[in-house]
Amino acid sequence: MKVTINKQEFDYQGDPSMPLLWFIRDELKMTGTKYSCGMALCGACTVHLDGEPTRSCQLPMAAIGDKAVTTIEGLSEDGSHPVQQAWREHNVPQCGYCQSGQMMQAASLVNKQKPVTDEQIESHMSGNICRCGTYPRIRAAVKSAAESIAVKVTE
Amino acid sequence: MSDSTVSQSRRTFLKRSVTASGFTLGVALLPATRGHAMFANAPESDNFAPNVFISFADDGKVEITCHRSEMGQQVRTSIPQIMMEELGADWQQVTIKQATGDAKYGDQNTDGSRSVRRNFQRLREAGATAALMLCTAAAKGWQVDPYECVTENHFVVHKPTGRKVPFADVVGVAAKLPVPKQGDLKLKARDNWTQIGKAVPSVDLTGMTTGTAVYGQDIVMDNMLYAVIQRPPVLFSSIKSSNQAEVKKMAGVVDVIDMPAASAPALFNPLGGIAVLATNTWLAWQACNALKTEWQTSDNASYNSDDYQQALLDNAAKPGEVVRKLGDFAQATTDAAKVVDASYYAPHLAQAPMEPPAATAVVTADSAEIWACVQSPQTARQQVAGALKMPVENVTINVTLLGGGFGRKAKPDFAVEAALLAKQAGRPVKVVWRREDDIKHGYYHSVSGQRLSATLDADNQVTGWYHKTVFPPISSTFNPAANKPSDGELDLGHLDTPFDVPNLQLERGEANAHVRIGWMRSVANVYHAFAKESFVAELAHQTEVDHKDFLLQLIGKDRHIDFAASNAKYGNYGDDLNEYPVDTARLKNVINKVTDMADWDKREQQGRFLGLAAHRSFLSYSAAVIEVKVNSRGEWTIPKAWIAIDAGTVVNPDHVKAQCEGGLIYGISCAIGQITALNGEVTQSNFHDYLVARMPQTPVSIDVEIIETEALPGGVGEPPTPPAAPALANALFAATGQRFRNLPIPLNIKTA
Repeated sequence: MKVTINKQEFDYQGDPSMPLLWFIRDELKMTGTKYSCGMALCGACTVHLDGEPTRSCQLPMAAIGDKAVTTIEGLSEDGSHPVQQAWREHNVPQCGYCQSGQMMQAASLVNKQKPVTDEQIESHMSGNICRCGTYPRIRAAVKSAAESIAVKVTE
Repeated sequence: MSDSTVSQSRRTFLKRSVTASGFTLGVALLPATRGHAMFANAPESDNFAPNVFISFADDGKVEITCHRSEMGQQVRTSIPQIMMEELGADWQQVTIKQATGDAKYGDQNTDGSRSVRRNFQRLREAGATAALMLCTAAAKGWQVDPYECVTENHFVVHKPTGRKVPFADVVGVAAKLPVPKQGDLKLKARDNWTQIGKAVPSVDLTGMTTGTAVYGQDIVMDNMLYAVIQRPPVLFSSIKSSNQAEVKKMAGVVDVIDMPAASAPALFNPLGGIAVLATNTWLAWQACNALKTEWQTSDNASYNSDDYQQALLDNAAKPGEVVRKLGDFAQATTDAAKVVDASYYAPHLAQAPMEPPAATAVVTADSAEIWACVQSPQTARQQVAGALKMPVENVTINVTLLGGGFGRKAKPDFAVEAALLAKQAGRPVKVVWRREDDIKHGYYHSVSGQRLSATLDADNQVTGWYHKTVFPPISSTFNPAANKPSDGELDLGHLDTPFDVPNLQLERGEANAHVRIGWMRSVANVYHAFAKESFVAELAHQTEVDHKDFLLQLIGKDRHIDFAASNAKYGNYGDDLNEYPVDTARLKNVINKVTDMADWDKREQQGRFLGLAAHRSFLSYSAAVIEVKVNSRGEWTIPKAWIAIDAGTVVNPDHVKAQCEGGLIYGISCAIGQITALNGEVTQSNFHDYLVARMPQTPVSIDVEIIETEALPGGVGEPPTPPAAPALANALFAATGQRFRNLPIPLNIKTA
């Protein structure tokens, strides 16, 4: 089967039930997408599937179809997505392990180019666990990233 | 395992177990004077390397070695930052190298909140040594006094004339100079600090925000196999029979290997079981799931945590072994107008770092190289060398970033697994722990039962304080006979009870371990602070005194706790009580500060439900206030929290702020999670049944105040955690009148 990841097409011949996470990590050796729970409980493996946040640890290769996959490596070419910038401005990461997934989850909200409320941020981000406890900074960073995009759009 | 390895493990544990003598061992590795002498070691290359931490390339670029493991505390920024203060280099021309595990760096065991405090002086000296050599080299050219020169922004500057020369032009001369004596160094005056105390941005931010940062799980090598291990469900049970041959035929499976069975003491040894080696993680995982294994029984199969909880609480209610005594508590009970007592229970917890343990190994006939997310690369090196029966010098431990550690990754059993499997496979092997492995086969934070009792006179003054603590000790992991709280663990929030009462009696009781017990962020402080600070709030309520006022009065006058007066010897995290006294003024100060921040005195008129707790740990003082809201369905949320910390001198205030935010949230997780066991098997397996705080359970915002002081640096990574659980329990009591003495606290308290 053919899968498109970060605008590049790949051919996959293995077990169609293998989750996308392991194709990305073990076959493509792109390790920015993280494994943490394997049961779609923590969000560390979040990627975009046609722009929608998706847990790659529970997405079989066979279910991707012609949808475009984006990983943290493809979120921007140079780390300049507003979410990535906001993450650095707020010094969000501690250990950093969950942050690829947090940023992908956040980017799917911010990319809607609308200002967001605290409640929207909380409900959108509640599936992503951070054991270092960076949640207050994630809230703040999502808000500034959303504001920066929304402001740009309205300008 | 050889005897020498066993004794090494014990020594390692001693260092960790926060007994006074244990820490002295750790310190003795590198007292300041000997540490300095070591800087004169031969450099690793021809480059100018005045010590093991700093080296210069010919073009003047600097490489700084960080010898502590990065697990979220930003140590790869703060450790260089200390050296940078004296070095005068430009961050843009500095790269950070992660040290391998090697005794030449001094202690590398990244735990106990001691990276800054134990390295502060020696790393400033390391920076100053390099700077003085650069100044001396430049001064030779200018024919001036080197002490008239300073290093700034990658230049040596002659202050009187303003002449300057880039580092690149003097490193060649500097490399040939003798390393100056410690007495020749002139460290900057505190008023002139430009790095220490500054929020330098973290050096790994770009990697962490672009997915390029490399963790233990991320190691990839040519020809590498992925290993997933089915470990015995009950500690120390071994394989009776399994279908290894059948599983070996599965797609992608290269080998199925029986691991050596484990037996007591657990140490840092692998747990045994059956390893499946395959061409990717998924295939290894699927094949591992297909193993149908019967296990031999083990004594630990008798472990049922419900029964155990009752036994702990029963034991806590009986007289125990007195460990600190002042006055006569029994008489105080007889004389009291009122006696209040309560029992508290806190279950086992798993550290559950977001990155489950992982290690990759390449083993040849006479060498081994490991890449792993270990907190203590020296311990990993000793353990791997022991398991492979190889000299330590032949083992290299490369430390990746750690996707969280919290104590779990200070135990390098997973590195040993990788080494054993790579040896047998004859090619690189990465051992991947699944979340289920991490939750079911951990080194658990101990389960505890405690009883507290206070005597009050007719004026509601506290005349006596009694606290008995019962839990299986960490030392049981190293010595199966150890069955009572160790001195080192009592030092964590029990023996150092700071209350000013005429009659004080502190006791411990026995409890046997049935799982591996290990340290977790803040260790015994977590459950001791929960019981102590909850009980204070209960007493305040019973006496109808404001909790803050009651707590301040109980702590009493400004003083340094005199342990000798109560015949107790306090380990004080391995540090001198003269340098780091238990100072009640500093404890009260953080309480006053945090209650001011939270507008505590107006909470009732404003209709806000607040809980307060304060605790000294790791030589620092922290106090937290948590505000809760409980909706009609009984679900609680935390709109806001406040925390004040006095950690003495701080290197990077933004790191400290981040640790206060994250440490407090880790403490909230400690209040809602639990590990239980049935017939010796851990019941939980993943984040659906092992609850940790998600965004909705955490404060919408946290205000942090760092007390400005010139006191010696204290710990930062752990002290924010202990006040969280009692502050939450106290807030929930304020909101609902429900008192949570047994953890966990449910997310919906109507079900309690």
